[in-house]
Amino acid sequence: MIRLVTLQSGIAQGLLWAILTIGVYITYRILDFADLTIEGTFPLGAAVTVVLINSGMNPFLATAVAMLAGPLAGLSTGILNTVFKIPGILSGILSMIALYSVNIRIMSDKATVAIAGNSIKKIVATLFPAGTVSNTLSTTVGIIVCAALIATLYWFFGTETGCAIRATGNNSKMSRSMGINTDMMTIIGLMLSNAIVALSGSLIAQFDYGSALVNMGQGTIVIGLASVIIGEVILIHKEHNFAYRLFSVVFGAIVYRTIISVVLTISGFKATDIKIITAIIVAIALSIPVFKEKAAMRKKRNLAMKEGK
Amino acid sequence: MLEIKNLNKSFNVGTVNEKHVINDISLTVNDGDFITIIGSNGAGKSTLLNLIAGTYMPDSGKIVLDGKNITFSSEIKRAKDIGHVFQDPMMGTAADMWIEENLALAYRRTKKRSLSWGISNKEREIYKKELSRLGLGLENSLNKKIGLLSGGQRQAVTLLMATLQKPKVLLLDEHTAALDPKTAAAVLTLSDQIIREDNLTAMMVTHNMQNAIDYGNRLIMMHAGRIILDLSGEEKKNLTVEMLLRQFEKASGEEFVNDRALLS
Ligand SMILES: Nc1ncnc2c1ncn2[C@@H]1O[C@H](COP(=O)(O)OP(=O)(O)OP(=O)(O)O)[C@@H](O)[C@H]1O
Ligand SMILES: [Mg+2]
Repeated sequence: MIRLVTLQSGIAQGLLWAILTIGVYITYRILDFADLTIEGTFPLGAAVTVVLINSGMNPFLATAVAMLAGPLAGLSTGILNTVFKIPGILSGILSMIALYSVNIRIMSDKATVAIAGNSIKKIVATLFPAGTVSNTLSTTVGIIVCAALIATLYWFFGTETGCAIRATGNNSKMSRSMGINTDMMTIIGLMLSNAIVALSGSLIAQFDYGSALVNMGQGTIVIGLASVIIGEVILIHKEHNFAYRLFSVVFGAIVYRTIISVVLTISGFKATDIKIITAIIVAIALSIPVFKEKAAMRKKRNLAMKEGK
Repeated sequence: MLEIKNLNKSFNVGTVNEKHVINDISLTVNDGDFITIIGSNGAGKSTLLNLIAGTYMPDSGKIVLDGKNITFSSEIKRAKDIGHVFQDPMMGTAADMWIEENLALAYRRTKKRSLSWGISNKEREIYKKELSRLGLGLENSLNKKIGLLSGGQRQAVTLLMATLQKPKVLLLDEHTAALDPKTAAAVLTLSDQIIREDNLTAMMVTHNMQNAIDYGNRLIMMHAGRIILDLSGEEKKNLTVEMLLRQFEKASGEEFVNDRALLS
């Protein structure tokens, strides 16, 4: 039996991770670029936020600064890819590796830095009756941030620049022949995505972990992909507008977190098993098109054989 | 006016595969010219168009468009003045975007892209009017994904996109070669119609000698990186495929080899 609290925590965590998933959606689906930078950007957002808060900065301001740090990581990957023509995956890996050192420095050589001062969570808690559970706070903030992101991105990708980014991801040769600076569009897309991923890292540090961990980014790309794909498989079956597609991504993140929470309540599973489960989900989801094609092929072959008789 | 002076281009310089693909070509394309280009496989036809469009940079020589030296300006900058349509119908449009979104990209080809949102109704009316010229009924499906169209339909839209903002030069590189004969003929007729109605300057590579003779006001034959024949006016009008083949053999000392030309 799935307990209510498992569902509640799935939704609460899912909404915060949905922010990361929206970032992944921008690179993976719109730019057609599997951006591994985010595995470094996610802890970067957390580290910057926590260290600044601990030095006395207002948590909202610290979160905003984290959101400005993220795009620098995206910029680095973008330049490696477009100016130096290093393949996308490798460009992302290079930035990710470099960010590990950067994050360790930001965290003054510690693998974990706990939030010592205020946090957005604490501030939000003051708006609720005393004793309100953590899940309620995360859910509230998650809904507000996801809604704001969907609205902003819906607007942005409908602008001339946003359309140029979509075109770049769709057909870069054609985009150049339409006078679109595809290198610039790739860089803008990566910066935007990494700003969102840094925000997600910042909020998860404040609402869930209570600290920044240098290794918290491990596997985030696969988690993001899993969430994007789950959302699409469940909710996307025909032409939908962009806002709905982003919503499906948020939904996917919630389903993913819920699956993980449920799995963890089954005895015999350990928290460290999450990664292999995620990998299997993504591998299955990514191979669906091949299975579909094979099935179609088999159908055709059977038909041909019948006709041959 | 497009002026090409002593243009040279080699690939794989310094390796055993070094190949001098464009060999000291000079050519003046006058405003309103519709030039058809033929030549054997590997003659350098596509490379010449790519050099004009800025996809490749030449080793030496000069390209001047309307008095402006564009020899080394980027492909993106040149896109404002040059329309380029390729053989592969999949290459010319963004498959996952709607017809109207694709046209909107083309409509902004000459402008800087800002943060202004969406497509105005006035613009949409323009797109409908332009799409109706194609005679494919696409004006009623602005919100259809381009990827759902057939190859011929896509190529027709690509043609429209290349000419939506009047280009100074329209480059067509075997743009009907991947289509079935009937569709190819329709797209070719359409190209000719658009070029004449909009009074465009165009260069069209084709492997079909009869088409090369029937369309345009000027015919160029290329061989081994050179222009070996340049005919216009009456001289072009009176051509036959037979004569072209003989001219080719005389000028090159070889037999004409173009797999697709011989097949069609
Ligand atoms: N990017 C490139 N790198 C190396 N060699 C190239 C490149 N592009 C073209 N070539 C070579 O240049 C020569 C001319 O090619 P081009 O595509 O211009 O010929 P073409 O006249 O368009 O022929 P076709 O009728 O087959 O399209 C060919 O030998 C080709 O292999
Ligand atoms: Mg060619």
